[in-house]
Amino acid sequence: MLDFLRARPRLALILVAVLLAALPFLVGAGLGKSWVRVLDFALLYVMLALGLNIVVGYAGLLDLGYVAFYALGAYLYAWLASPHFGLHLPFWAVLPLGALLAGVFGVLLGAPTLRLRGDYLAIVTLGFGEIIRIFMNNLDAPINITNGPQGMNLIDPIAFGGFALSKTHKFFGFAVSNAHLYYYLFLAFVLVVMFVALRLQDSRIGRAWAAIREDEVAASAMGINTRNVKLLAFAMGATFGGLAGGLFAAFQGFISPESFGLMESIMILCMIVLGGMGHIPGVILGAVLLTVLPEALRYVGDWQRAMLGHVAVDPADLRMLLFGCALILMMLFRPEGLWPSRQRKRELHAADEVAEHESASVYDVRG
Amino acid sequence: MDIFIQQLINGLVLGSIYALVALGYTMVYGILELINFAHGEVTMMGAMVALAVIGALMGVAPDLPGIVIVLGGVLVAVPVCMLLGFGIERLAYRPLRNAPRLAPLITAIGLSIVLQNVAMLIWGRQYIAFPPLLPQDSHALFGAHVSTLQLFIVALSIVVMLGLWFTVQKTRLGRAMRATAQSREVAALMGVNVNGVIAATFVIGSALAALAGVMVSAYYGLAHYYMGFLLGLKAFSAAVLGGIGNIAGAMLGGLLLGVIEALGAGYIGDLTGGFLGSNYQDVFAFFILILVLVFRPSGLLGERVASRA
Repeated sequence: MLDFLRARPRLALILVAVLLAALPFLVGAGLGKSWVRVLDFALLYVMLALGLNIVVGYAGLLDLGYVAFYALGAYLYAWLASPHFGLHLPFWAVLPLGALLAGVFGVLLGAPTLRLRGDYLAIVTLGFGEIIRIFMNNLDAPINITNGPQGMNLIDPIAFGGFALSKTHKFFGFAVSNAHLYYYLFLAFVLVVMFVALRLQDSRIGRAWAAIREDEVAASAMGINTRNVKLLAFAMGATFGGLAGGLFAAFQGFISPESFGLMESIMILCMIVLGGMGHIPGVILGAVLLTVLPEALRYVGDWQRAMLGHVAVDPADLRMLLFGCALILMMLFRPEGLWPSRQRKRELHAADEVAEHESASVYDVRG
Repeated sequence: MDIFIQQLINGLVLGSIYALVALGYTMVYGILELINFAHGEVTMMGAMVALAVIGALMGVAPDLPGIVIVLGGVLVAVPVCMLLGFGIERLAYRPLRNAPRLAPLITAIGLSIVLQNVAMLIWGRQYIAFPPLLPQDSHALFGAHVSTLQLFIVALSIVVMLGLWFTVQKTRLGRAMRATAQSREVAALMGVNVNGVIAATFVIGSALAALAGVMVSAYYGLAHYYMGFLLGLKAFSAAVLGGIGNIAGAMLGGLLLGVIEALGAGYIGDLTGGFLGSNYQDVFAFFILILVLVFRPSGLLGERVASRA
């Protein structure tokens, strides 16, 4: 079957397109309405993971505060399109602004830290994520900017003219709910982001990123301006984060600092690591898996009730524990991820022999 | 002026706790050039284990003097954390010593999530109160108040830090640690058991972290499964401020950060005309971290410029 399709790429493409278009209806009919929303979130996370993948997977920079950019995009959307300040700008004006704001913050944060070792970037981005969260929690007094821990609600949905995606619409007597409509919107965005990420990977910049990731000294010896190229990766990832944030705010209609904690950043990182760093299909797989699995974990609660008579361990508590274990085990036993690119896999496995050889050598210079 | 001295004292107390945690970061970094992300969680574990033991002791022998009960908690928490530190190095870092740089960082994050959630499953999500076992009386000092507990925290930190200083500078193990930090390969050639030294570094750092964890929970009267995260970040900032990899730097950085934080929280309201309040206290550590990385990445006492590899 796979070989049959591989020989006919156009047919395969059509099949995938039909499947993606029908998916929300299949899922809605098979598993229930709430699962369509899960699909929407999965697409949102695919977008985020693809954005972070540019930073972590392509350029090899560990960004632990990625969710801060997501938060910036979401809050900007809420400020410019909700009753909070009485502004109701259309989404096509707000979304690019949110992406831009996130990108600018990415540059501001990256500029001082990117000339240093990667570990510092990890810590500084972690700190930045916390700073943003603390500000969003506290900027409700004396001037109410973020409405503090209560968050902001009644955010405008995405609307094309009078056609709001937040309502159920009838097409030819066929009701299509808001979750379905957002699914198609997010799918379109995911395809655009995917296209950009794919083209970036094979571009001159993409190769520069790969060179820096593998050996920064050698890359700069080849004439790559390492700081600027890294900054570009960082800013680009942040931009995608900001865009996803705006979409999130419009989709939910409500945002609060709680949605933008450190664990969210970690989860997005998990998606990339689990799927396969730097490999777009892998990253998508990781994002979908980690959005759908926690939902499926709910059944663990039912299962406990059936077996033990009560819920001994809350499945929600189990979730993060499993993520942590997955991170460790993946790094120890399968660092290339579940679905790595062929090149990456070869590199990592060839590296084992080289590394063994190197550590046996006395004059090995590392660091 | 009284407020100034009061905040200065509070800052020094908090700073000496930061310094103890920062030492763990700096020692590991000095030897492995690795940020041990899970170190904050070791601190948390120290506090939680000590509180569990204290609670149990109070149930079994309520007549014991408070200090003895707390000491019992510490005497269990420290070895448990030492074992934890040993296990962390052995399971998560040693297998990845020759792996790409990103790998141990990611396992470290994974470990810290696992430790947090294990603590949450064992002790729950709620704050755990530190029972009022320690003397709470306060003394007047330059017009400010100092409690016996505060004096005790500072004194114990100084003693422990002096002990560490002596170990690193004067003992055989300390010499081996310094040699390993300079060059793992050459140290190995000179007959140093490098793996043993690295394990010892983790164990010593974890012991300090356990002590700091008990101190901080006694000081605030609370412990929580999430407390290690912020404490670890601040201590790391302190280590960078002092010059990461430098032991005296971690002590200095910890004290300085504590003082800056306390004074900052005390005066930020006046400085910004009431726009920002003391609830921004936690932001200072990160601003300092970013400022240090921009203007003096080697820290106050660090000699080496942070390498770019």
